[in-house]
Amino acid sequence: MMLRLDHVTKVFRIGAFGGRTVTAVADVSFDVVPGEVVSLIGESGSGKSTIGRMILGLNPATSGTITFDGRPARSGKEYYRHVQGIFQDPFSSFNPVFKADRVFAMIKESYRPDVPAREWDERVRAALRDVRLNPDQVLGKYPHQLSGGQLQRLLIARALLLDIKLLVADEITSMLDASTRIDVLNLLAELKTRGLGVLYITHDLSLGNYLAERTIVLRKGTVVEMGPTGEVFGGPLHPYTRELLSAVPRLHQEWTDAEAVETCLYHERGASGGLLEAGPGHFVACARLTTC
Amino acid sequence: MSLHVSELEVHYRTLRGDVRALDGMSFELGDGEILGLVGESGCGKSTLGKALIRMDGRMRHVGGRVVLDGRELPIADDRAMNDFRFKEVSLIPQYAMSALNPTRKIRKMVGELLRSRGAALDVAELERRMDQVGLPREVLDRYPIELSGGMKQRMVMVISTLLDPSLLIADEVTSALDVSTQKAVARALLGFRDSGYVKSMIFVTHDIALTHHIADTIMVMYAGRLAEKAPADVLVKAPRHPYTRLLIDALPEVGVRYAERRLEGIAGSPPSLLDPPPGCRFRDRCPLAGDECAEQPPVAEVAPGHYVACWKA
Repeated sequence: MMLRLDHVTKVFRIGAFGGRTVTAVADVSFDVVPGEVVSLIGESGSGKSTIGRMILGLNPATSGTITFDGRPARSGKEYYRHVQGIFQDPFSSFNPVFKADRVFAMIKESYRPDVPAREWDERVRAALRDVRLNPDQVLGKYPHQLSGGQLQRLLIARALLLDIKLLVADEITSMLDASTRIDVLNLLAELKTRGLGVLYITHDLSLGNYLAERTIVLRKGTVVEMGPTGEVFGGPLHPYTRELLSAVPRLHQEWTDAEAVETCLYHERGASGGLLEAGPGHFVACARLTTC
Repeated sequence: MSLHVSELEVHYRTLRGDVRALDGMSFELGDGEILGLVGESGCGKSTLGKALIRMDGRMRHVGGRVVLDGRELPIADDRAMNDFRFKEVSLIPQYAMSALNPTRKIRKMVGELLRSRGAALDVAELERRMDQVGLPREVLDRYPIELSGGMKQRMVMVISTLLDPSLLIADEVTSALDVSTQKAVARALLGFRDSGYVKSMIFVTHDIALTHHIADTIMVMYAGRLAEKAPADVLVKAPRHPYTRLLIDALPEVGVRYAERRLEGIAGSPPSLLDPPPGCRFRDRCPLAGDECAEQPPVAEVAPGHYVACWKA
């Protein structure tokens, strides 16, 4: 087990003097093992990005623990050698006045000052080829001269230059065109086979389904259903998951409405009773399941 | 036919020369028809939408005509277009979320807007339309900041169609929404057409799957030109243009897994429109390209209502 979240809760203080609080993430537990893609699916405000930010050490958790390889996750150079994040907007992830090679040089300065310049150059080129970029085409270019797909792949290449074990990918394909986003997804799938763990955060169900071994569906900060992707998508148990799936536009199928559930606690505030194990590794938070 | 666009050419003026964002677009739109307009970023789909309602300062009308309900739209004349905007042609902008005046409550804002166009506010009609898209009446007495993204989007939709325009341009209206809100907004748009609030609609998006659900006809654009236009079902099930085929093949759907079926993106990127290469603009990325593609393929009607611009189709 590489990354483990144990009963993680995040409460934000809002309002002029922090008088009110919002619980963005409530009692979430899951883990990510090497060589696995876990997709975290939820609508806006479900807390999916907050979880990603907590894992990256950008926001501290209010309670609960996040451990990485048995040690508590905390921001710092040692941690970022192994855990890296990539975010939605590739155009604002880069400093616009630095060329691409400068971005890689900064990695060397902070993390690998011991590597000789020539060897580093070789490594940069190898990492770029790994992400299907032609080094001669992208090095020496400014961010605005590159396309969104190229920039997003540059960020992955940058992460690969470290001893990265876990990648937190937060909506990395949302801003890309249909023609290029599938390339980025295929790239993640390839890296997975080399033992990289990926937490793929998205609101697009079809993208999560394409890539992930396991799927976690979040609603208002709580896990409503999690399990092997095939089972969560193939036989969704929670009414919320069903509703989400029925709203996805599909090419050869008409929109259907999920069958209505008469009384359901999920309308109120998730289910508080914790998760039920419905099948091997398939957990669902539905209060109704216990009675029916 | 409610809308006729013929040989429309619109360029963007830049320091390095003219960018040919629309390069000879011709198409028609029938009464009650919803046209889905899809393509990659930079293919000119938003430009087309903008050209039909308001050209910004960088845009230049180079050639072509637009006829709406038998009257020519003076698209190059910003002043003259004022008579048509909102009443005949209306727009739901891409960032409808920030289109509402943050300093006014919705009711006041709508009233002011209508007065500026010389129309009176019919509150009963407004509320009826809000009911139709599922907005509670209280929304009228709230500030935009108090509404969620989906609510603002639907409010803007109600406002832009209040004067029953003939043509509605919906520019990427669902891109920033969650799937369940997206479905509600898309269905509301269909409802507007069915209730006759708008006669016809151009639905600009990059999501083919979503377009298929609401559009009657889908038009695929590539690099400022029409690639393919066909009834929605035909375009999705039997596309003829190689670009459309690749675009549909690159679409991950629920049920498609990497481990089972590997999808492929389209290699390369669209040509620069500053100085577009002669011939078919998709040639460099096309798996079928041959010698004849050095010449620009004409738009041909291969079946009734099915137009393709490709030598190989």
